[in-house]
Amino acid sequence: MCQVGEDYGDPAPEGPPPPRPGHELKCVKCKEGLPVVVIRAGDAFCRDCFRAFYIHKFRAVLGKNRLIFPGEKVLLAWSGGPSSSSMVWQVLEGLGRDSAKRLRFVPGVVYVDEGAACGQSWKDRARTLADVKLILQTVGFPWHTVALEEVFALPPSVLRCSAQEPVGTMGNYKVAVDSFLQQEHMLGAEGVGGSPNSTQGEEQLGQPCTQDPQHPAGPPPADQTEALSRLFDSVKTLTAKEELLQTLRTHLILHVARTHGYSKVMTGDSCTRLAIKLMTSLALGRGAFLAWDTGFSDERHGDVVVVRPMREHTLKEVAFYNRLFAVPSVFTPAIDTKAPEKASIHRLMEGFLLRLQAQFPSTVSTVYRTSEKLVKAPRDGCAAGPRCLLCMCLLDVDTADSATAFGAQTQDCSQMRPPTPPAEAPTVPCCSTEVGRVQNCFRGTKPCGREDSRARVIEQLCYSCRVNMKDVPSLDPLPPYILAEAQLRSQRYGLAPRLGECWRGPSRRWPPWGKVPRVWLPPRASPEIQEYLVESSDDDVHTGGSGAWGPPEQEGKDGQAACD
Amino acid sequence: MAAPLSVEVEFGGGAELLFDGIKKHQVTLPGQEEPWDIRNLLVWIKKNLLKERPELFIQGDSVRPGILVLVNDADWELLGELDYQLQDQDSVLFISTLHGG
Repeated sequence: MCQVGEDYGDPAPEGPPPPRPGHELKCVKCKEGLPVVVIRAGDAFCRDCFRAFYIHKFRAVLGKNRLIFPGEKVLLAWSGGPSSSSMVWQVLEGLGRDSAKRLRFVPGVVYVDEGAACGQSWKDRARTLADVKLILQTVGFPWHTVALEEVFALPPSVLRCSAQEPVGTMGNYKVAVDSFLQQEHMLGAEGVGGSPNSTQGEEQLGQPCTQDPQHPAGPPPADQTEALSRLFDSVKTLTAKEELLQTLRTHLILHVARTHGYSKVMTGDSCTRLAIKLMTSLALGRGAFLAWDTGFSDERHGDVVVVRPMREHTLKEVAFYNRLFAVPSVFTPAIDTKAPEKASIHRLMEGFLLRLQAQFPSTVSTVYRTSEKLVKAPRDGCAAGPRCLLCMCLLDVDTADSATAFGAQTQDCSQMRPPTPPAEAPTVPCCSTEVGRVQNCFRGTKPCGREDSRARVIEQLCYSCRVNMKDVPSLDPLPPYILAEAQLRSQRYGLAPRLGECWRGPSRRWPPWGKVPRVWLPPRASPEIQEYLVESSDDDVHTGGSGAWGPPEQEGKDGQAACD
Repeated sequence: MAAPLSVEVEFGGGAELLFDGIKKHQVTLPGQEEPWDIRNLLVWIKKNLLKERPELFIQGDSVRPGILVLVNDADWELLGELDYQLQDQDSVLFISTLHGG
């Protein structure tokens, strides 16, 4: 792909800097001003043209996609970093423009305090929060600060994809805008002095800064902080930590959005970050979901759509804009601060792409343009299959994979045990003292509950989430909503691929009919499973011992089909 | 022969973590044989200011990819990058774009 000397179509030379001092060059746009920044490869812009270019790009991305309807509530996910700060500032400026070009949605801001995951003390976190609040008060939108510890209080419903249709469709966009403008015009004529949207916006701006009621100004409960630290300390690799952090953060922001009625969430992912994310996702096994992970809009949650309006701005442009126009941001150390280059796949990929970019300035834009071409097509035309428990994408795993290396690795999750009726088994307490997960453990049987609950969670994950979970030795420290939802789903679908184990004594909750079919059920379309369960209740039940059920062609591929 | 120079070196975007958290440094570069350009300034910074993890700031004789350099609020690419000759009272700003989002 990258050969020395190859021209990528960019007019400017690559490698050596333009061979002249700044005063001789003029801005490429207005041909008059003194240039201050070089964008792309060789386009020098003066300060004003750069500003116009930057703002125009932001508006164009929103306008082109036509997903945000007038009057819609949009939550801005602000991390304090440069890109999201820039995004918040753009929205602030955009709302203040003259009526023809004004942005027309109703924003709110959410800030997630992730200090506990990074090992920060409460004192440092409080200091950062104070800076954050200062900026949020300047911005003036309704804001919510949440601590990452609050994932331990999330309900399992946050993992369910709501079937509700997002607001409107493309065709309705023009209609909505027209009617909105008409309304504005009418109200303007009546002398009210502004649209309902702007009065509403003013009301919201005039409100005292709304604070998340569950998060008063004080440290979060110590047991939650400790639980979060325990969770992140138990994860073995930085890659898995970063993925887990991202997942939890997404769930938390989703919950805030749903609770407060926001139908869109804007994140500040820049062009550079998305290019890195695309390559990293490929390395992590998320190739099937690239279009959702890196596209402009991400509808996997159903009622809340994640949009990325900064996706055409490179990190360089963002940094320059923030510096030249004094956009406030808060620096917070992250989980990978000062990590060496090979500490995680994310860092490695970042280093790789940025080094390549230094030699070949169109690298990032090429990767980005590739991401624009990705199409969101459901797998095999089946748009309504089961979704991954953590990332909420349609599951991309197959039973046919069980014979492959992937299948072997997932079978690691549940161990092989010789089946003995529970009466003969020694009564070993299967839960260790640390976390007594009684619902997953049936005292008196052989030690099995933990592995079963793990298998239950693993089977509901997509490929890349499963690979990440390999670096999480125990699922106990995970927040309870994940484990509860996993159990709920497996009860609903009756999935129990406890390979190597046949029968367990009757337990109160799992499974309801007291016997477990030893079969690797396809983790996909639920109608098939419902049908299967109806059939299975009529069959002779196995009381232990041999024989695997299931479609005959599965047996050979199962690996360990029988209780041998 | 270069006369001593007084320049302001500033770090942002997280780069200040490598410099004890101090963002602005007013430094006086001593007189020396070679002229003071950015290349030599980087060597000087590495020797005198950088407290830890040089590989996160400097790569080879230039800055690590992802770190922007602004001289007097202008992109260093416009000024010749490493070959730009520093003048008295210049302000050099290093912004790390790698941190945060």
